Amino acid sequence: MYVAVKGGEAAISNAHRLLADRRRGDRSVPAITLDQITEQLALAVDRVMAEGSLYDPGLAALAVKQARGDMIEAIFLLRAYRTTLPRFGHSRPVDTADMLVERRISATYKDLPGGQLLGPTFDYTHRLLDPELAGDDQAEDPATRAPEDQPMPRVNEILAHEGLMEEDEVLSEGEEPTDITRTPPEFPMGRDARLQALSRGDEGFLLALGYSTQRGYARSHPFAGEIRIGEVEVEIDVPELDFPVPLGRIRVTECQMVNQFKGSKKAPPQFTRGYGLVFGQSERKAMAMALCDRALRAEELGEDITAPAQDEEFVISHSDNVQATGFVEHLKLPHYVDFQAELGLVRQMRREFEERRNAAERKEAAE
Amino acid sequence: MKDETEPLSRRDAMVVLASAPGDVLERLWRESGLPDEGTALRGPETGLVALRGRIGGGGAPFNFGEATVTRASVKLPTGEVGHAYSLGREREKARISATLDALRQRTEFAPDVNAKILLPLRQSSHETDEQRRAETAATRVDFFTMTRGED
Repeated sequence: MYVAVKGGEAAISNAHRLLADRRRGDRSVPAITLDQITEQLALAVDRVMAEGSLYDPGLAALAVKQARGDMIEAIFLLRAYRTTLPRFGHSRPVDTADMLVERRISATYKDLPGGQLLGPTFDYTHRLLDPELAGDDQAEDPATRAPEDQPMPRVNEILAHEGLMEEDEVLSEGEEPTDITRTPPEFPMGRDARLQALSRGDEGFLLALGYSTQRGYARSHPFAGEIRIGEVEVEIDVPELDFPVPLGRIRVTECQMVNQFKGSKKAPPQFTRGYGLVFGQSERKAMAMALCDRALRAEELGEDITAPAQDEEFVISHSDNVQATGFVEHLKLPHYVDFQAELGLVRQMRREFEERRNAAERKEAAE
Repeated sequence: MKDETEPLSRRDAMVVLASAPGDVLERLWRESGLPDEGTALRGPETGLVALRGRIGGGGAPFNFGEATVTRASVKLPTGEVGHAYSLGREREKARISATLDALRQRTEFAPDVNAKILLPLRQSSHETDEQRRAETAATRVDFFTMTRGED
């Protein structure tokens, strides 16, 4: 039975007014600007863009401000916004080998071509809170050094000629990749659809799953073959121009996870790879994505499916934090009628339980 | 880097305009004295472009997200049509870029578009990129092997 419930308009309106007040906080503290958020909370903006699945730093900063720093709420806002815009088309695949690199490391090759560039990393910091940042910190200008004009091939190309590293699979000509924002996902999925879901998936969820594979739930002996962060060119084909039109550059993080593979009936022993590609400077997320991508290839590679991280339907169905929060948070909505029905049911079951117990006691006393 | 005065190809000009900061482009446009006589054929309008990567970096394409993109098409009174696309939501930037794309098709305006707008923008973006490369290069790890004192 459905019973319409009315009321609460004034309460809702005043609650939103109160939210606006608390969001602004103490009026004697200057309001935070979107420039301050994009410049000084840049990694929060990156995460909102990645999981909001929309590259637009200004909008992501606005979402962070509007959500009072609640990341999933900000991601939700960005997702909602994207549904209001028409789609002009799709880009050509970005070429990460041609990246303007800001960080690039490998845990498998010390001297890989192009070198190891640490970039602006938290690694090797002591994780001690810095009291100087509590004030108006004047950071030093960065050191500079003449760049070496070496190409920076992706790490898999180094072992490729020996056949010890699996090659990239190629779609047959004219085959279009799946788009999970246009066609509802169906299981089993192609790797393209999985990667799209993982790229927008919740960092915490994918991190936990990736961690579980390291702890023995679908053990896959991973090495961080390469992580690179930087800007890539985006191009789009449009009918009015006969060349790919440049749109500008976006910052991405790419992770090539390299995993030992003992071989199958069809494939010889070699290294296989898990792949991560995420908006912004999002290293932890790109690594977690690559671990999950590799674990989810179990069936393709003929491995036993024994662990949660290998279960495609489980992982992909629960990786989207906007869907997850929607279903969890809907529990806050009025369920008065459902609850009344269950209350009646529990009362009846309780009555029957008491009657059975009383009957049993009477029987025992009689014997 | 190419000769400083050589005219850019249409595509190279679009690279420069698409990556230009909107406020800088607007200032150069105002100062250039170029005629603002185009009429809008389409837009400026903001929409989405699905972004694609390749599986493993070099394999089959996959969609990994979307980006906001603003585009405009402009027609000059003399009939030339200019187009512009760029990431983000800057409509005035798209309109100016499309007008410049049209103006550079006219021989009397092409040198000014080049000298007053495209080359300064390219120079400044080149300097920004070089600065970033040099800052990154300073974080390059120079490995050295320790000699063990066991002789």
